[in-house]
Order: sequence, then structure tokens, then C-alpha cells
Amino acid sequence: MDIRKLSALELGAAIREKKITVREAAESYLAAIESTDGTYHCYNTVCKEAALARADEVQKGIDEGKYTSPLAGVPIGVKDNICTKGILTTCSSKILENFIPPYDATVVRRLHDAGMVMLGKLNMDEFAMGSTTETSATGVTHNPWNTQHVPGGSSGGAAAAVAADLAPVTLGSDTGGSIRQPASFCGVSGLKPTYGAVSRYGLVAYASSLDQIGPLGHDAKDCAALFSVIAGKDEKDGTSMETPKFDFDAATNGDMQGKKIGIPADYLGEGISPDVKAAIEAAAETYRSLGAEVEIFPMPIVKYAIPAYYIIACAEACSNLSRYDGIKYGYSSPNADNLMDTYIKSRSEGFGMEVKRRIMLGNFVLSSGYYDAYYNKALKAKKLIQESFFEAFRKYDMLLGPVAPTTAPKIGESLCDPLKMYLGDIYTVMINIAGVPSMALPCGFDNEGMPIGMQLIGKPFCEAEILSAAVGFQNATDFHKKSPKES
Amino acid sequence: MEWEIVMGLEVHTELATETKIFCGCSTAFGGEPNTHVCEICSGLPGTLPLLNQRVVEFAVRTGLATNCEITRKNKFDRKNYFYPDLPKAYQISQLYLPICRNGFVEITDADGNPKKIGIHEIHMEEDAGKLIHDEFDDCTLVDYNRCGVPLLEIVSEPDFRSADEVLQYLEKLRAILQFTGVSDCKMQEGSLRADVNLSVRPKGQKEFGTRTEMKNLNSFRAIGRAIAYEANRQIELLEDGEKIVQETRRWDDNKGYSYAMRSKEDAQDYKYFPEPDLPPIEISEETIESIRSAMPELPEQKKRRYIDELGLPEYDTSILTSDKAYVSLFEETLALCGSPKDVANWIMGEVMKLLNDTATLPENMELSPKDLAAVIQMVKSNKINRGTGKTVLEKVFTEGVDPEKYVADNNLAQITDLSALRPVIEEVIAANEKSVTEYKSGKTQAIGYLMGQAMRALKGKAPAQEVQKLLHEILD
Repeated sequence: MDIRKLSALELGAAIREKKITVREAAESYLAAIESTDGTYHCYNTVCKEAALARADEVQKGIDEGKYTSPLAGVPIGVKDNICTKGILTTCSSKILENFIPPYDATVVRRLHDAGMVMLGKLNMDEFAMGSTTETSATGVTHNPWNTQHVPGGSSGGAAAAVAADLAPVTLGSDTGGSIRQPASFCGVSGLKPTYGAVSRYGLVAYASSLDQIGPLGHDAKDCAALFSVIAGKDEKDGTSMETPKFDFDAATNGDMQGKKIGIPADYLGEGISPDVKAAIEAAAETYRSLGAEVEIFPMPIVKYAIPAYYIIACAEACSNLSRYDGIKYGYSSPNADNLMDTYIKSRSEGFGMEVKRRIMLGNFVLSSGYYDAYYNKALKAKKLIQESFFEAFRKYDMLLGPVAPTTAPKIGESLCDPLKMYLGDIYTVMINIAGVPSMALPCGFDNEGMPIGMQLIGKPFCEAEILSAAVGFQNATDFHKKSPKES
Repeated sequence: MEWEIVMGLEVHTELATETKIFCGCSTAFGGEPNTHVCEICSGLPGTLPLLNQRVVEFAVRTGLATNCEITRKNKFDRKNYFYPDLPKAYQISQLYLPICRNGFVEITDADGNPKKIGIHEIHMEEDAGKLIHDEFDDCTLVDYNRCGVPLLEIVSEPDFRSADEVLQYLEKLRAILQFTGVSDCKMQEGSLRADVNLSVRPKGQKEFGTRTEMKNLNSFRAIGRAIAYEANRQIELLEDGEKIVQETRRWDDNKGYSYAMRSKEDAQDYKYFPEPDLPPIEISEETIESIRSAMPELPEQKKRRYIDELGLPEYDTSILTSDKAYVSLFEETLALCGSPKDVANWIMGEVMKLLNDTATLPENMELSPKDLAAVIQMVKSNKINRGTGKTVLEKVFTEGVDPEKYVADNNLAQITDLSALRPVIEEVIAANEKSVTEYKSGKTQAIGYLMGQAMRALKGKAPAQEVQKLLHEILD
């Protein structure tokens, strides 16, 4: 049995049925990481010893009936902006190159409680700012489908690790598309939950009102299983919400009969590549054949999404990132000899270009005299965007659209033109502003064989509904079963 | 020209909650540096604030006690600035929607008329840490123990016209905060801090002058001195035809002057924006009502009750309610031994004298109601006389002795067996023939001398009335 060809749920079942030990599962992935991650660079940190020790502990726990989760014993990779006690958490930034948190994020505790085994920490764009993983201070992650291409970002390591079978499932974070876009570029599935569905406690903040942690995996069922492990109110996060218990069966039944799906016309307009557009239209056909009604409707608010997003996100980011001052932890410039110098040099030397750009943008929009013109206006746009979604959800059960206008660009193509990179977020950022959930899944390939992704956008706290729609699609198609040739 | 001083106050008070505003760490004062600290209050990456609901309750109490409107939908905002005592590089505060607005505290103006000092707003925020400069190693160290201790900032309207009004207001405010249990208001521990905004203008002019803000005022005395200094400084400048610079000044109480810290041009842009990590806090009518009904008695209410129910003179009630420590001592002692007037007299007389003699602040007093009641009881039951009572109380106050044990150990109890008195008095009479003769010849004041001799022989432990009665019995 090839352990790495099993889905996370299949692997969990095999472990429970004692066909595979927890250690064998962990060893299999650790060996693959050792032999191939030199090519992809999905991981910033691999916790080999800790993972093996934990695997034995979990095996004992499963044998004693302590761990009963469907994912007990399953290995997992975690994005490097999620705090792990005693394990480096760098956010792929020089400024946190030596930061070892003294505490676990709530989601990490929940993985632990479910008996999952963490393999290591995954590469990302620095502080989750970027759409290609090229802003990482530890170097770019290569797309397993073609290593000349980026994996997307910011959860590039999390998506590529699943695509390259270097983890059966991973945790990423999504502030403006950071789970969905790399999932789409790497041909895997990923869920951005409703804002408040998963605790942010221990997620190093980029933009607090937009950040959400979510699962990535080979298919929607694995995402559903992992989501049910991490979701739920957390006393430590005041913005997390009490929600009804996640119904795994409802989330995986795949029944589309009588469902109403809307496609925002503005998601198929200017700038979209023909391959992507064709794949979305084909997906709409698939849903029609499954008994759903699909129609295109206007959503002109889309054009405000990018400016509103970058104002809100950068404003929050410049405040969230102020704590990295070279005083308490992380990088402190050896070239400074007074307080002001320590601040300026540590931050100038510790942050990368893209992070500095967003800090400056954020400081600008919050400055006295500009606040009303930018930040307040962005908050108004946020309200209008939320209303547009509520309006749409009065008519449709869910929305369908592309994740990104194109497939994964080549390494080096994006950074020279940040504005173009920002425009690539046009279909994803609105969902974070509205706070609604969205599921990304593969729906085709472009003429170079690079994966195309689509997203299903749901009503607040209706993850089960879009997961089920994704399962329905995956029952009818096999895009999610394709894997890149190992290089 | 006659000048008028115009002042407004920003008072910061640390709340008496057990735990910090956004985490479970202790708020206890002191403690080894960085021992009351966790991942949240030290601002580690990934941590989130969780609001301590007691802080909201305390803020509402303060607002109700100062006649404020309570904001129903509250939000927090971030105030961004870099400083090593602020680990997140932003302070969570309230700018746009403070919890209380438009209240007042009543004082008495120079003519003896009641005057309302307006409260512009009260908002909740977190305290910062403390920087300690290590002269020996020439480095600065940070103690985050105080980081995240809840604060209320109480901002007055520019309604003050004299230092006396400022001090009256602060006394009232302190009593309110203490009585409502919101803060212990220990200025020397920094749990009550006041910044004074001051400007002067020719009397009769409507427009305000240019103001300065004065910081580092650590006692009521310092506030009074700093106001006098700053008003004079501004008046002298204006009379010399110069302009006042809008700036923040720091008061140095040892040297008795203030100096400019930063001017308006250097003022920081705090880039306030709504705190995204904390959801809005809705305060319902029911919550406000339940806080109102559970509100501890305020000084004015206590005064009224002491007059009406305990029959105390108004003068006594004013003194007793001027500090929460007096009230607690009074009420708890009263519960143990009754006699309100006796208890009031002991506190206003002996206790306050001892506080004064030992330069102890009322809130630091260690005298227990049980011990005070014991002394009062012993005097009342004639076990000791009043003079002995004072001596015993002083020993209790300064050395913490147990009053009953002290009286027993030192044999201070009055002689209760009256038959033991007669032989001693007879001896005194025998030894003072001259006085006896004088008395018998009609010089009745001679009995005073005999009385004194008898009391001395009895070491002051006999009831004077009984001694006098016996003297007369034997002599007449």
C-alpha cells in the first residue's frame, strides 16, 4: 500500500484498522520530505524527532481508545504563521527568524487533541503578504506541477506540500485568498472558513479582521474532516463564534438536486484568461447535470474589492507588525547603538520589500488627515460588499466563480509588478471582506497542464453546504485525483 | 490686569480588578519584575486580547456615580506608538465611542456655592509597563508587570478656576472611586494619576488662552504647587508680551518647577483605528440597572445615613466619609461594639492623631476594627480608664499588640474589687496630715491633692468616682 497515495481519511481508517501504524505513516512522509523537499521547499522546519515521538504516543492513545477522530494518527503540515510551542514560527520573515513561541495556537491544540501528528512548518509569503510565496525570506516554494512556476500564496508551502504528497493535509491561513489561490495553483482543495468559525488565537496576525485559518487537502472530504477538528468557539478568541456542531455527513453527501448557484458576471469579465473562463463554464455545466440551477447575475461591487481590501489589510497590518521592534524577541540589528536606531535598523533589515510596502501603505491610510478619505471609505465599501453578498444569498444557495484570473505564473514574473499581483486577488479578497466561507477546488488544466481552480462561496457558517457541493463536483469529476509527476 | 486660570483634568485610575484587562494575570502591585506576565500581556505574536467583563462593570459604576450617560454600544480602538514599555506597540483604548459621557461631580466654589465640574468622557484602556534605568550597567530594563492593568481615563471639561477646585474635585473623585470599589487610588503606587491642562486669560475674556499639559503629578500637594507655578509662569510670559507655547510639561516636585517635554509640533500621530480583535460590547438597560442596584453606598449617601440613623453630628460625618479607610474602620468597629458617637470620637481623635504622628496614609493603616472595638469596650466597661485606653491604642497601632493581652500582661486593668481601695486610701490620708487638716478646716480644694495622691498610689487603675467617694466617706 502506498501510504502517500491515500487520502487523509483513508489513511486515518487504515490506521484505525491497524493496517498501518502511526509511525509508518509519519516515517513515510518524513522520508519523502527528506528526499524531495530539496526541490520544492515546502517546509521551513521539519520536526522529525518530535513527529516520530508523537507518532508512538498517538499510536498508544489510539490503541487505548483515547483518540477516536477519523484523522487520529494522520500526519499534518502547519503554515509557519501558526504558533507551535517550542518550535520555530518564523512567518518566513527574517525578523522572526529565531522566534520560538512558548505556547500553542488553539488550532494546534485541537490537532493535538485529535491525535494528529505534526510533520513541520510550511513556507509562505512573508507574514502572509504576497500571492506567490516569493516574498518568503527562506526562498520560494516551487509548484509541484512545474517547478518553474510559483505555487501561489501566501500558503504556497501548504498547497504545494499536499500536491507533492509531502503531507496528506495541511493548515493554511487566508486573509485575501491565501488558502484558495495556492490550492487553485497547485490543483488541491482548500477551505476558507467563515470569519469567526475557527479560532485565530496563535495565528500571527496579518489583518485581524480578515484572517482565518483553514484546511487544505486532496479533496473536499479531507477538508471537511480537518475543518471539523479545528472549528468551534474558543474562549481565547473574542471574535470566534458559537456555531452549531459541524455535520460531517451533511457536508459530504454531495447532493446538488434543486440547489441554486449564482455566478457573478463580474467574475468572468475583463482580465480572465480564456482557459480559466472555459473551466468555470464547464463546471457550471457539471452542476446543471447534477440537478442544480446555475445562472449568471451582475455584482458590480467587485470593482471596489481590491482598493477596499488593500486599505483595510494594510492598515491593520502596519499596526499588527509594529511589535517587531528588535527589543523583545526576533531579529535585533547588531548595527544599532540607541533606541531609535534599534527600531529603524531592526525593522529595515528584518522586513522584506513587500512587507515594508504594506506597512507604509497602512501608515499612510491611517495618518491624521487621510483617515476619512481612505480607511473610513474602505469601511463603507466593506459594508456595501457585505450587503451585495447578502442580497445574492437571498436568491442563491451559493456562488460559483474562478479563484484567480490565471493559472500559476512563472517564478520571477510577479514581483516586478506588484499592482498586477494585487489585481490577481480580485476574485478572492471580497470573500474575506464579507467574512463568508469559500471552498476552492480543482476544475481543469490550462494548455500547459497547470491546474485551474474554482471556488464555491457560501452563506456565513454554511461551510457544510459548500463542502457538500464540492464533494458533489468531485464525485462527478476526477480533476482532484490528478497528481503532478514527481520531479 | 486680573487673570483667570482655566483648567481641565485628565485623571487615570488603575482599577481594583483581580486580573488584567485582557488576560488572566494578577494586577497585584509590586512583585518581582516580569512575574505577572503571560504571552498575552507581553504582546507575543499571535495572541489576542479577551476583555475582562469586570472592567466594563467598574467603568459603568464610575459613570453612574458621576452622573454620566452610559454608551450602549462600546468599541475599543488602537492607539499606535513605539515605546519599549508598550510590547504590542499599540495601546488598546477607546477614542470614538467611550463608555461614559456628559457627567459631572459637584464641588463648592470660592463663594461657597455648589458648582458642577463637567465630565467630558470616561474611557477604558490598558496600562503600559515600566522602564527602569540601571545606572550601574548603564542600560534600561523593562518590567511588564503593570502592562495590561486596566485603567479608566476620566476627562473633565475645562471647568476649574482655582487649585482649590481641582483639589476638591480630586478628593471627591477619589472618594467615589474608593467607595464604589473601583480603585484603591493609591497615588504613590500610581493607581491615581492626574494630568492638568492649564491656560490663563484676562478676566472677562471668553476665548481660552493657549494651554499646556502638565504630567508627573504624584501627590495632591504636587498638584497644588504645580498649578501655582504654571499659572505664574504663563501670566509672567503674557505680561512680558510673549506667547505661550502649546506643549507637554513635566513637573519636578523636588526642584519645584516644570520643564517642556514635547511641543505640539512634535505631537505624535497615534493613527487610531477600531480594534479588530475585540467585538463591540453591548451594554443592556438590564445590565446598567443591575449595576446600579448593586452599587455600594457613596459618601453623600453614607453621610445622610449616619446623621439620620446613627444621630451623628454633620461635622463628624464629613470627616468619617472623607476616606474609605475611615468608613470601613467606623462601620466594622460599630458592628462589634455599638456606640456610634464613641467610635466616631475615637477615630476622629486618637486614630487620626496616630496617623498624623506616624505620617501614615489612611489606606495603609493596619489597625483592625476588632482591636479598636476591644479598646473602646474596655474603656466603656471601666476595665481601663480613658487615659490607659489611649496608651493601649497607641501600642496596638505602632506595635500591633493584642489590646486585651497587653492590658493583662502589664497589669493595667482597673481595680474592680472595691474593698482593696480602702486600705490604700487610708494610707494616703495617714501620710498627708497637712492636707487633711486643711480640708477639715474648710479648704475643700485640698481634696484634689489627696485625690491625685490616691490615684498615683493606685497607679491610675481605680475608678476615680469610687476613690472620691471613699475619700469623702473617710474624711467627712
